[in-house]
Amino acid sequence: MAQAATVQEQHGHIADTNTGISNRKLLMWVFLASDCLFFGSFIATYLVYRNESLAGPYPNEVLDIPITSVSTFVLLMSSLAMVLALHYAQKDQLGLTRFWILAVAVLGAIFLGFQVFEFTTFVNEGLTIRSNLFGTTFFILTGFHGLHVLMGVLWLLGMAFAHFKGALTSRSVEDLEMAGLYWHFVDIVWIIIFTVIYLIGFSDGEGIETIEHAASIIGG
Amino acid sequence: MTTIAFPTLISRPTSYTGLWSWIGTVDHKRIGTLYGVTAFLYFLIGGIEALVIRGQLSTAENDMVSPEIFNQLFTMHGTTMVFMVVMPMSAAFFNWMVPLMIGARDVAFPRLNAFSYWAFLFGTIFLNMSFFLGGAPNAGWFGYANLTGNTYSPGDGVTFWALGLTILGVASLAASFNFIVTILNMRAPGMSLMKMPVFVWMALVTNVLLALAMPVIAVALIQLGLDRVLGTNFFNPLAGGDPVLWQHLFWLFGHPEVYILILPAMGIVSETLPVFSKKPLFGYPAIVLAGAVIGFMGWFVWSHHMFTVGLGPAANSAFTISTMLIAVPTGVKIFNWMGTVWGGKLHLNTSMMFSLGFIAMFVIGGLSGVTHASPPTDAQQQDTYYIVAHFHYVLFGGSILGLFAGGYYWWPKMTGKRLGESFGKWHFWTMLIGFNLTFGPMHWLGLNGMPRRISTYAEGMGWETSNAIATAGAMLIAVSVLIFIINVIRTISSKQEAEDDPWDGRTLEWSIPSPPPAYNFARIPQVKSLDDYWYTKHPELLHDERGEQTESPAPVEEDSHGGGSIHLPSMSYYPFVVAIGMSIGIIGFMEIRVDIPSTDLQLPWLSVVGIVVGMWGLLGWIFEPVTAEGGH
Repeated sequence: MAQAATVQEQHGHIADTNTGISNRKLLMWVFLASDCLFFGSFIATYLVYRNESLAGPYPNEVLDIPITSVSTFVLLMSSLAMVLALHYAQKDQLGLTRFWILAVAVLGAIFLGFQVFEFTTFVNEGLTIRSNLFGTTFFILTGFHGLHVLMGVLWLLGMAFAHFKGALTSRSVEDLEMAGLYWHFVDIVWIIIFTVIYLIGFSDGEGIETIEHAASIIGG
Repeated sequence: MTTIAFPTLISRPTSYTGLWSWIGTVDHKRIGTLYGVTAFLYFLIGGIEALVIRGQLSTAENDMVSPEIFNQLFTMHGTTMVFMVVMPMSAAFFNWMVPLMIGARDVAFPRLNAFSYWAFLFGTIFLNMSFFLGGAPNAGWFGYANLTGNTYSPGDGVTFWALGLTILGVASLAASFNFIVTILNMRAPGMSLMKMPVFVWMALVTNVLLALAMPVIAVALIQLGLDRVLGTNFFNPLAGGDPVLWQHLFWLFGHPEVYILILPAMGIVSETLPVFSKKPLFGYPAIVLAGAVIGFMGWFVWSHHMFTVGLGPAANSAFTISTMLIAVPTGVKIFNWMGTVWGGKLHLNTSMMFSLGFIAMFVIGGLSGVTHASPPTDAQQQDTYYIVAHFHYVLFGGSILGLFAGGYYWWPKMTGKRLGESFGKWHFWTMLIGFNLTFGPMHWLGLNGMPRRISTYAEGMGWETSNAIATAGAMLIAVSVLIFIINVIRTISSKQEAEDDPWDGRTLEWSIPSPPPAYNFARIPQVKSLDDYWYTKHPELLHDERGEQTESPAPVEEDSHGGGSIHLPSMSYYPFVVAIGMSIGIIGFMEIRVDIPSTDLQLPWLSVVGIVVGMWGLLGWIFEPVTAEGGH
């Protein structure tokens, strides 16, 4: 495995391109630009449907801000760990690099654990994707974010155990840089989601306008 | 050096001929051919659907097909022509020509390129299988909620549509990332952005639009799919869901999509017109800027598809202004093309005729488009045949004629043989006349009040004659496509060999043999100016035409990739495997039934199988070196 990677390295000349950015890294940037529109559309959907649920449970009945603040803190710390991993990779310190990559993955996994706990709690309290607009938009938006975190965790674990063995190469450092771009992006998206769902949305509950809205759509 | 730790259950393809070599190919030219052939087959299928539609509408109170079948036909005709014909046909030209025009040996990610094609193919096959599995989608190509909900669209047709288009979306996204990176990163030394051929510029703008617009439709389709299979409430009015949200998401994608469909054709005629007029393109910077501005402004006009929804005067006014403004850069391009042709030594072959036909038909379609930029007139035209006339003038008269111009232009480069000219001219004239007979009368029909998407109409409405003419025109189009097919067969079976540069071309693809070798360029060219190859052939013109100092052309420099032998990426089956896995993974969601309470939902086993296959393929892909040992 490691040998196969080495074969590639000798062929992979870094940044011999028009922009000076390697193809792989540019691919990551373009993907992230595209992903902005993906999350943007789901977040816009959430905002359009904020306060529009016709039945409970409403956000202020289920959201637990202290617990999610802790998981948000954990996710933000994972970004710090990612910065440190890249820092030591660039300093060619393999052991510390692996340690911090694993730290990122573990912190990401803890965040996912919080999410599983939150989802189960909500379902027990009667909120499912079918309950109301809040349930639909909440689970699908945070679910797709969680899927992104999961992909990141798997990627980082794969990297720590398969890729960062032997010696650091410029190619594996660039791999880590790309994973870092992805991870920070997923973190930033979470900051927006946390603000939109938990901080702004906490006061959301049953409102008279929702009934008017329903009447206008059904045509009553 | 030969050990690969990942278990290679399938060995690398090694033969360069036969079926498996196509499945394992990563060569951009072969993938381009696959895209082109597939898109043409769907062009025939979509055309047959159109012929049945026209047959049904040829006379009043006809009952050739039932209203239910009619709904399926117009839905699949639109979906097919947009997603399975014009987009992949453009992708075929991107694949073939972008690397050749920028002097590269392949795209940036050859295996990702193969993945894009296979995902596209599986998505289209899945979507068309719906005809045999309980009925095709029947809610129109823009699938308005909540007509697409389970209440009004029982059966699986719309689920096929949502999941199939999601697969196509993934394919398009992967392809767009690939081409953006290729164009930004892999141009030959000296080819700055403003020395790129216009076709490459338009490919760049198109792919940026794809990269940013496809996620929006993906989200809308995921929401629709979840509503249908899991019972979520995104577009369910009974739970407060708002069907207008679908319209916003769809058209926020849908309007950039319109430019995704037309910009490649605009790029093609920007190549053919200068070559066949023996003049440089008039106003290169203006035409490039106009393309980029169209790509940008295309994001601010989507609500003109929704003028009759009732968004209010403020929104309607804003979108009226932006819609009228976007006609300006389009007009700039038209004048640039006319300036290019003006005073040129015109070489009126088939490709040039299609290019000129493109301009004329696109102007008609563009003008009718401006008329519905105004909400009061649009309220009259909405949902009538006038709209059908408009978008066929820009999509058929524009995109399809432009793509045929590109087909005739690049055929010798792609196959080493020229398409026959006399058959080509018959093809052009029958298609142009048939096209105008079909869609010209629809302007009258629409203004006369004939609605779209009705399977029949009463006698005595005054619509019979125009509909009969339109049906006759459609048959003439069918004849023209037959002439094209005969022309292709004759050309393939002929023994002639085209020159490397049959048209006295201006861009790099004409500097290499026809058809190009697998490695494209034996030596990576060195570019000094726009239309560099032209000035290499005609150095005396450099000073006259561009006002630049004549330099002795020094086209060759030692291959920057070093050392004699050229390293090409080796063939691989993994893109095919990953595409199969991903498609099955998405298709598997059809197993979930919305009528089951959410607590009893069973695991979609097909999806699990697909994901496992996809992950296995992905691992194989990651651990497989790009270039096989001893391969080339």
